[in-house]
Formats: sequence, structure tokens, C-alpha cells
Amino acid sequence: MELIPKVTHHYLRTKKKFPNVWCAGCGIGIVMGAIIRAIDKLKLSRDEVVMVSGIGCSSRMPVYVDFNTLHTTHGRPLAFATGVKLAKPSLKVIVITGDGDALAIGGNHFIHACRRNIDLTCILVNNQTYGMTGGQFSPSTPFMKIGTTAPYGNRERAFDISKLAIASGAPFVARGTAYHVVQLEKLVEQATLKKGFSLVEVISHCPTLYGRLNKEGDAVEMLKWQRGHAIPISAAGKVPPEKLRDKFLTGVLWDIEFPEYCEEYDKVIAEAQRRD
Amino acid sequence: MRTATDQKERLLQGNQACAEGALASGARLFAGYPITPSTEIAEFLARQLPKVGGKFIQMEDEIASIAAVIGASVTGLKSMTATSGPGFSLMQEHIGYAYMAEVPCVIVDVQRGGPSTGLPTKVAQSDTMQVRWGTHGDYYAIALAPSSVEECFELTIRAFNLSEKYRTPVIVLMDEVVGHMREKIKLPDPGEIKVINRMKPTVPPEWYQHFEINPHFVSPMASFGEGYRFNITGLTHNPEGFPTDRPEVIREKLDKLKNKICHNVSDIVQVREEFMEDANVAVFAYGIVARAAGQAIRMAREKRMRVGLIQPLTIWPFPDEYIERILEQLDLIIVAELNQGQLIGEVMRVVRGKTRVRGLFRYDSELITPDQIFDKIREEK
Ligand SMILES: Cc1ncc(C[n+]2csc(CCOP(=O)(O)OP(=O)(O)O)c2C)c(N)n1
Ligand code: SF4
Repeated sequence: MELIPKVTHHYLRTKKKFPNVWCAGCGIGIVMGAIIRAIDKLKLSRDEVVMVSGIGCSSRMPVYVDFNTLHTTHGRPLAFATGVKLAKPSLKVIVITGDGDALAIGGNHFIHACRRNIDLTCILVNNQTYGMTGGQFSPSTPFMKIGTTAPYGNRERAFDISKLAIASGAPFVARGTAYHVVQLEKLVEQATLKKGFSLVEVISHCPTLYGRLNKEGDAVEMLKWQRGHAIPISAAGKVPPEKLRDKFLTGVLWDIEFPEYCEEYDKVIAEAQRRD
Repeated sequence: MRTATDQKERLLQGNQACAEGALASGARLFAGYPITPSTEIAEFLARQLPKVGGKFIQMEDEIASIAAVIGASVTGLKSMTATSGPGFSLMQEHIGYAYMAEVPCVIVDVQRGGPSTGLPTKVAQSDTMQVRWGTHGDYYAIALAPSSVEECFELTIRAFNLSEKYRTPVIVLMDEVVGHMREKIKLPDPGEIKVINRMKPTVPPEWYQHFEINPHFVSPMASFGEGYRFNITGLTHNPEGFPTDRPEVIREKLDKLKNKICHNVSDIVQVREEFMEDANVAVFAYGIVARAAGQAIRMAREKRMRVGLIQPLTIWPFPDEYIERILEQLDLIIVAELNQGQLIGEVMRVVRGKTRVRGLFRYDSELITPDQIFDKIREEK
């Protein structure tokens, strides 16, 4: 435990639930660290934070952190979180989900949460695979990559998650990586402060399954891949288009204002009571 | 001149009475997805909930609806949803979640004909067994079944009370006719209504266990944001709410879930009866069929036949004890239901061949008439 910095330690349920389920080298722990540091920086009390997740390796995160935590069903955390937020809008509700959780079984909830614009902070750990069930391909597995259910190469196209969120109406969309931890921390912080639905897509790695099946090396190799393929959106204009082709943009990709659902509902209450 | 009591007498639809019952119980969140023949409940609450500071949300489907209901309930609001067969099928995974995570909530199922999209606007009792067995895993359901507009109001309140008392989902099993028919009903003053709220913890957060094991099988329940910071999961968990794979802890949890229902059957189960004192024949029927049966019994009584009505207001848990008790005096039980025969299996299970059991089933979208029941009584007697 000495290896865990003091800040992180303060937010972990150390007595209760360690060691964790994650493989050595997995990116999910890095994401958890960034979220904790962002919450610490924002000086949120642990009592006012609710962490909601679905099912998957990434969705195991709430079990370890000392907040109000709700580990739900596969694909549905955004729907549960909607009820939590509506019941007590003063709570900060953070949703942890995976690419399979949010985009396959939970795809409908995902686009509707974006559209509804209820004040949730959604951290989507995109490791391009179904980790928990053993490395099957997911809706974000790139074309022709290997999964245990795509032994001859995945013949489907991957979602561009951030674009999907923007098209669905999310007012705040950012992308970070497990490698760029300092940036990730900032993105989580900004997303948490945003009034309305915010998405942080985190490009992460699953060395145990995806990395091994696709011969992408160990955790360090996969982190290096993230470093080599992330282009900050601020620099995108300066990079020649042919060099952008196999890369992805990081940073705040989209930030607009739109009326938030809970605040709008307060107006509904006022209107209903006025007419009564 | 109208008196205060007259003013309270209103002509209400069953669905509306159900929604009024929810408001009277203190329900402050409804999440749902439109489906015939339940939609009036959503429409009514969309209008009424904000007036009392409550919230209505239309979700993207029924899976999301009950998820939002559970999320709101663990955050401290009494919450509900309403649907019909197809939506109820979609809710099953989360009904199991609410049961496992011990989350109070109310689910109204206004039944229509099935299977599949079936008969959206027609009456049926086709979900009788889905209510009991729909979700996966060992599960003990509580389901209440009104047969009149007044019972829609009363049993919805009772559903909230039982769900709060036992920290478990409770189903109000209505049907298209009960949901849509209009009857006069006298709504009681709020002060006259008995409302039960979930037990809150009295211990400091360090000692609190969200799924505490105690002799009553029901743990006090803190809400999110009250300083207790506990974990909730649908994975089989220990009293603190953390996933476990220890056999003795697993068994203890599943026993607790079972016992809180099975040890309280006498509190949960209610049976309404008519003319049962001297009856040697009983008609067993719930929901709208019980109304036709009541009429049929009066026809039989006029012909000096000793026939009575057994109407389970609680259909799950099944009223085993009541039937066992009444069995000795009966030569015949006629089970009338709007399906191909679902509850009759339960009656036969309890009767164990000690009395004749006969079924009267209708599943062609029409109601069973009093004449049909009366004829069946004459034919079988
Ligand atoms: C209804 C349902 N279907 C399937 C599963 C099995 N399942 C558990 S986790 C998972 C995939 C998780 O993938 P992802 O969301 O990408 O998370 P990761 O494990 O990669 O972090 C699946 C299919 C389930 N738990 N529930
Ligand atoms: S299987 Fe993959 S995603 Fe899951 S913990 Fe292991 S490395 Fe991480």
C-alpha cells in the first residue's frame, strides 16, 4: 500500500476491498487514479460523490472507492444514474463504463443520456475489447483486429465514440488516454465541472487479452502506442492530413451550452405549481 | 349543498386510482415508457407529480425506466414505474436487481393479451406466472391484484408500504379492464391513510451495513448522500455490499432474501372472500374475473347452491395457508382465469388431490362472464 500516494489512499476502501480484480499492467487503475485526483482537486466531499457503473472490468471501479457507489447491470449504468441525479441533483454523479457496456448493450441509454443532457459525468474506458468476458470483439474494436469471437479478424467497423456522443447531443466531449495521465486528470476535472452531460472517452489498454491476441506487446508497449498515436486537438491543424489518418485526437473535442435536464425540470415544477 | 365527504367522491379510472394511490403513499418519482393499457398512469403522473414537487421522466425504454426507478429509490425517493406485458418482460433483469440489492420500488403491470405484442387493447391475465418467475435466480415475489377502482387505489398504497417495509420490489398486477373501467371512489383524507416508510439506520456510518443480517431479515436503509457511503451491487454480496464468493456468506444472503418474504406471509397475504362460511364449492379468481365470479355466486346462491368466492388480493406469495385451511369444507374449487391455466397449477399444488379442482379459462380477448361461471358451477357440481 505504500506505493499508493496519500491522496489516492484517502479515497480508497483499502480495509474493505483490496487486492483488486484487475490484471497487472491494465489501464483501468490509471484511469481510477486520475479520477480520484480530479475529485480531490475539486475538493468534493466523498459524501456528495456517487459513482455508478455497469458490468465489465472497468465497471468494477466503484467497489474500490470510498464514495456512494452503485454497481449496476451490464450496459445500464447511465439509466440508473439518471434516477440518482434526478432524485438528488446536488450530488455529483460519475458514471464508469466500458466500450462494450456503453456502446453495445447500453448503446441506446448512451445516446439518450447525451440527448437528454442530464448532468452526469461519463468516463468511458475504451480498451477496444470485452475484457471481463475474455477478449471478444466490441463495438470499438478496429476493423480486422483479432478478438476471441473474431479469430479471422473483425469485419465490422468501430464506432467513433466521441463523434457519436457529439452527434447525439452531448454538450461536452473529451478524449484522453491512459498514457497521458496529467491531461486525463484535467479532462475529468473539466467534465465534472460541466453543467450537463459530459463524456470523457479514455483510450486504454488490455494487455492480457487484446494486446496478446493482436500481438501489440505488453502494457508498456501499449502505452507507448497511445503516446505515438494521440494528437492533441490544439495541434491537429499543424499536422499534415496523411499523418492524421491512423491517429486520434485528444483534449476537449466539443464544449457547448445547452439547458440541463434537472434545471429544466425545476421549471416544470414551478410551472405546474403556478397553474395548479 | 355538497358536504366535504361528497366532494371526495369521484368517478375515477382504475389507472388513475392507481396513480392517486401512488401519490398518497408519497411516491415522488415515476420513470416509464408508454404502453397500452397502462399509459394513463404515466400521463396522469406527468401532470400531477411536479405539482407536489415530485418528478416524472419518460425514459428510452422499460429497461431504463426501472433502472431510473431503482437509482432514485436508493437516493431516497419512493419511486415507481408502470407497464404492460412486453415492457414487463424487458424489466425482468432489473426486477431481479432490485430484489438482490433490496431496493424498495413499485412496478405496475396492467396486463393485456400475449404472448409477444399480443392484444394491446384487450384484457388478459397472461402475466400471472411471469410476475412470479420472470427474473432469473431464486426469487420470492410480492404481487397484489386489484379487481376494482377502489382496490387499485388501496393496493397501490399497500404495494408501496410492503416494498418499504421489506425493502423489495412489489408488483401491482392489474389488467386492461380494471385499468380502464370507471367507478365511483371515495378518496380518504391523507391523514386517514397508513403510510409506511423504510427504516433508517440509527448507527453511525462506521458501523452501518447496508445489507445487515438481523433477526427481522430487513436491514435499515440509508440513502446516497446521507454520509454512509456504502456499495450496492447485483453481484452476490456480503452485509457490507461487497461481492463475495464465500459459500457461507452466499447462503446467508439468499436465505435472508427468501426469509424476509416467507417468514412474513401472514403479514403480506390478503384474501377477500364472499359467502365462504358455509360454502362447499368455491370459485377462485383474481382481478376483473373476481367481479364476474361475485355475480355468478349470487346467481348460484339464489338457486340455494352453497358457493363462495375466494379472491386473492395478494397473489404472490400464494395464499397456501388460506387454501389449506378452507380445503376441508370444499368438494370443488373452480379456478377461473383469463389465460390458458396458470394459477390453477398453484391451487392444485396446495390442494394435493384432496378436493376436485376444475378450470375455466378464457384467452380469446373477451371477459369471462358471470353466466359462464354459473354454468361451470352447475356442470361440475
Ligand atoms: C445482460 C448481460 N449480458 C452479458 C453479460 C456478460 N458480460 C459481462 S462484462 C461484458 C463485457 C464488458 O466489456 P466492456 O464494457 O468493454 O468492459 P471491459 O471488461 O472491457 O472493461 C459482458 C459481455 C452480462 N453481465 N450481462
Ligand atoms: S482483462 Fe484486460 S481489461 Fe480486464 S483487467 Fe485484465 S487487462 Fe484489464
